[in-house]
Amino acid sequence: MKETVIDAHNLSKIYDEKTIPVYALNKVHLHISRGEFTAIKGPSGSGKTTLLNMIGGLDIPSEGFVEINGTNITELKGNELIDFRLNNIGFVFQSYNLIPVLTAKENIEFIMLLQKRSKQETEQRVLELLKEIGLEDKINKRPRELSGGQQQRVAVARALAPKPQFILADEPTANLDSVSAENLLDMMLKLNQEENMTFVFSTHDQRVINRARRVITLEDGKIVADTAPTSIIHKQIAKI
Amino acid sequence: MILKLIWRNLWRNSRRTLITMASIAFAVLFAVLMKSFQDGVFNNLIKNVVGYYSGYVQIHQKGYWDEQILDNSFELKKELNNQLQQNHQITAIVPRLETFVLASKGNTTKGCLLVGTDAVRENKLTQLKSKLIKGSYFENNEATVLIAEGLAKRLEVSVSDTIVLFGQGFHGVMAAGKYKIKGIIHLASPEMNAAFVYLPLTATQSFLSAENRLTSVSIGIDDPENTDAIAQNIKAIIGQQYEVMPWQELIPDVANHIKADGFSFYIFSGILYLIIGFGLFGTVLMMTAERKYEFGMLIAIGMKKSKLQLILFGETVLITFFGVLLGILMSLPLVLYLQEKPIRFGGELAKAYEQFGFEALFPTNVDPNIFITQSLIVLGMAVLIGVYPLWHIHGLDPVNAMKK
Repeated sequence: MKETVIDAHNLSKIYDEKTIPVYALNKVHLHISRGEFTAIKGPSGSGKTTLLNMIGGLDIPSEGFVEINGTNITELKGNELIDFRLNNIGFVFQSYNLIPVLTAKENIEFIMLLQKRSKQETEQRVLELLKEIGLEDKINKRPRELSGGQQQRVAVARALAPKPQFILADEPTANLDSVSAENLLDMMLKLNQEENMTFVFSTHDQRVINRARRVITLEDGKIVADTAPTSIIHKQIAKI
Repeated sequence: MILKLIWRNLWRNSRRTLITMASIAFAVLFAVLMKSFQDGVFNNLIKNVVGYYSGYVQIHQKGYWDEQILDNSFELKKELNNQLQQNHQITAIVPRLETFVLASKGNTTKGCLLVGTDAVRENKLTQLKSKLIKGSYFENNEATVLIAEGLAKRLEVSVSDTIVLFGQGFHGVMAAGKYKIKGIIHLASPEMNAAFVYLPLTATQSFLSAENRLTSVSIGIDDPENTDAIAQNIKAIIGQQYEVMPWQELIPDVANHIKADGFSFYIFSGILYLIIGFGLFGTVLMMTAERKYEFGMLIAIGMKKSKLQLILFGETVLITFFGVLLGILMSLPLVLYLQEKPIRFGGELAKAYEQFGFEALFPTNVDPNIFITQSLIVLGMAVLIGVYPLWHIHGLDPVNAMKK
């Protein structure tokens, strides 16, 4: 049996509870196992980002709780929660992901320094990651000197640097051209397959949905479908 | 890494950083200039007023200042004189015997202030010789007078004329004497110019039948800043039968004027700092607002709020530190130059000043305390302003911060 990394129980987020309650999320149950490559899709306002924020410990649910590797993160507060995020969750945001005044190498180093890792370990890991994302020749470039796709690759490397349990990516390809988006997806899939890294995306992008092993569809704050995408099913049928 | 971030963040909008630094630097420059001009002018004013007659500190018999009569005079004992001479901060000790008498020539009689003094020591403290406009300076072993120009006019006398002085001597004895005018002096203060007569001390004591007696000892000191300390020191040494008064008590009008002007400086510099404070606050406000998304992202990926607060506080303090440093570097040569070559007014303005016994001179005062104080005020202001981003970060919710 696969190890569960993310376990969301009866998760709800209600706005304007006292007047007319609006459910951003409505009693969502979600289990994600190690090594999954999951896309969460749905129309705007369906609750994708809210779900991701709750899994990432950035937002507090109105009801229910989230367990990451057995730790109920809904009970963590302040610095304890920040430390948990630092050591267990990697984040990739849509844009403006990197610290503009630091180079690609420093952006990746930065998160490991927050973890108080040794200089030697940090140096080794950063170079390893830069090689892995194919940007070893751009180590001293600042974000403004990198393309959007290259910036997102550095963001993925930064998310991977602290060796998290999983990576949450909020529409990572939204601002990328198709070549950059494909390259980024190739890189993430490679990391998923070779390092068994768990990825959870929120996305509108069909290219991401097509590559996902599992697709969760949200509508009005509820999970309405939880399947593999058609392309994957077709491939599997073809194999059989 | 934190220092690297602070430094690089400072220069991510270099134009804004430079403008903010420049505004702080100019605030420090203006404040330092204002304060050093004020102190310089006041020191000069004090030197002028105090050096003109009173001295920085005076010693009297206890009760003399309230009742200025010869019966409240005292004998300058050798040991007191020695004690004063041993104090290295004291540059001049002028024994005086002063009283009001009548001066007469022919049918004209006028009231005047007779100042019996040591000719040499008086000149050291008040440069009396330099005020001579006619005749020559008197000597200690003579019985000749120097008469103020205004009084000479009123009595219609000139050099080599003889005047009669009469009045009341020590213990109520009758005092009368004839004295030849050796010189005419011009005193800047109109009141003094209309009433002063100087006579050597020995001759005055003999005239007033007050052998060895004095009404005051005027003291000159090396540094006016030490007036109070020296007065206290003398008070502690010489005993209870004397009163020791610093110039602030002798000339309260001038002391009050300086105090009032000092207050206006605080108002002006307060306004100046308020303007600069709002400028700096504006920069900090913009630095905080435009990086809201970034702060949200940093907290989301695992940066503790306290570290982020440290970075922002460091940025505010560093920007101010460089501004202050620049301000000091700009003001120091200017203040030094203006101390060496003070602004000197000419024409009517100079005449008006000189009429009241002041030089029309505006020197600056190079006192490290001025630089330190002004710098600390600006840095203190920065620390206060630096609290805003700390408060902002404290309440920052990463989800809201990253909403576009």
